[in-house]
Amino acid sequence: MPSITFIHHDDRAETVSANDGDSAMYTALLHGIDGITGECGGGAVCATCHVYVDDSWLGKVGTVGADEDELLEGVASERLPNSRLSCQIKITEALDGLVLRLPERQV
Amino acid sequence: MVATVTTASPHTPPVLSFGGALPNDASSQPVVHLDVDPFAMDFFADPHPTHEVLREAGPVVYLDKWNVYAVARYAEVHAVLNDPATFCSSRGVGLSDFAREKPWRPPSLILEADPPAHTRTRAVLNKVLSPAVMKQLRDGFAAAADAKVDELLERRSFDAVADLAEAYPLSVFPDAMGLQKEGRENLLPYAGLVFNAFGPPNQLRQDAIERSAPHQAYVAAQCQRANLAPGGFGACIHARVDTGDITADEAPLLVRSLLSAGLDTTVNGIGAAVYCLARYPEEFARLRSDLSLARNAFEEAVRFESPVQTFFRTTTRDVEISGCHVGEGEKVLMFLAAANRDPRRWADPECYDITRKTSGHVGFGSGIHMCVGQLVARLEGEVMLSALARKVVSIEITGDVKRRFNNTLRGLESLPVTFTPA
Repeated sequence: MPSITFIHHDDRAETVSANDGDSAMYTALLHGIDGITGECGGGAVCATCHVYVDDSWLGKVGTVGADEDELLEGVASERLPNSRLSCQIKITEALDGLVLRLPERQV
Repeated sequence: MVATVTTASPHTPPVLSFGGALPNDASSQPVVHLDVDPFAMDFFADPHPTHEVLREAGPVVYLDKWNVYAVARYAEVHAVLNDPATFCSSRGVGLSDFAREKPWRPPSLILEADPPAHTRTRAVLNKVLSPAVMKQLRDGFAAAADAKVDELLERRSFDAVADLAEAYPLSVFPDAMGLQKEGRENLLPYAGLVFNAFGPPNQLRQDAIERSAPHQAYVAAQCQRANLAPGGFGACIHARVDTGDITADEAPLLVRSLLSAGLDTTVNGIGAAVYCLARYPEEFARLRSDLSLARNAFEEAVRFESPVQTFFRTTTRDVEISGCHVGEGEKVLMFLAAANRDPRRWADPECYDITRKTSGHVGFGSGIHMCVGQLVARLEGEVMLSALARKVVSIEITGDVKRRFNNTLRGLESLPVTFTPA
């Protein structure tokens, strides 16, 4: 099972196992990671599962879709070049070790 | 209400008035038939015991009263919501099957549509109601909530339905839509009509449709481009005609969707939240000590009360739901409220807990048809609960609580309360 490390805004790190095919958002909710809200349950509506992808992983998590790009304009914390919605990051074995930083707030 | 339970084995003729017969397939589980009318007044008065009967009878049940299959457990409700190819919306999301009956109004281009048609219209409304748009609305909605609570504190005692749950959304949503000032009194009756019309042909539905002509005429006129103020949601929808995303004929119907579902739902959501905070003062105290809980306190009220109780889908093929066979062309009733209190999914489901991890509740639906206005609802709910928590120390129920009856919506007719200022 691929592992994902979520680094909270206060630098606390939590590493969890993900199911192949789940989204990073779903993985976070499954493990009770505070800092991912996921109000719309993965419907790409709410922009409350914002993450900053660690630079070393940016090339591997795929690109930002057009709808995601618009949603990212509405995130509560600052949008940065490595901002993604974690509901749009699908976990595969290739992402084993992925590091995602959590913004200060989601709403 | 007493529910009588009879089990139809796969080898006895199923009690079906239309559609395909249940198969003589030994691998299929029998579907339990229940004598339950979930659109009857005594059911509406207290649906929870019957919701439990529906959940515990099996993963799929059959309601002989209306000849429909039904799912009431979280897993099955979630599964049906998330398989729109098998459980379609284009044959209507009420009891009426548009393949057999003429719809009472032209079908919605988003609610009563399937991909790929739905995908295009949904994208337009997603953009009109996006997180970025909510950021722009936030300060104004918050100021209006503060002003409303200040006004109510001067009165101290009032009806929290008419004077708060209805008055606050009415003070922000029609302006955000860009509606004209005249005729807004039609909005709530029109929404009540729409949600009654999803139900069976009972008295509630028939009365609503009989009285609908003036409300329908108002809404039809308000959906026209010329009647919608610049900058509002309505004008933003019409602007998508200019970009080629939708046609000029489609725009008014998409505006109609927001007028149908954008107001009464938030009225009942905010009403549910105030009713919860009045009944659970310890939760109100927690909210007052941590204002950051306001948004989740609203979300939990939506799970707990489920202002939208039910929707239907129609099967596009023979399908097994958790081992139960359902034929093609069958209506499947989803009990969102029962799913939101399914003990298989929720710890202490009967408990209103403002710190609960609410993600995944189906009070706004789930999947491609999940409430397109959910961000507007949450914004209104959050800023109102935040205003209450800052300005009010206690909400006391000081009179008879009266329920309002609707085939789809759950909410109150009257909630007399007294506020004590902080």
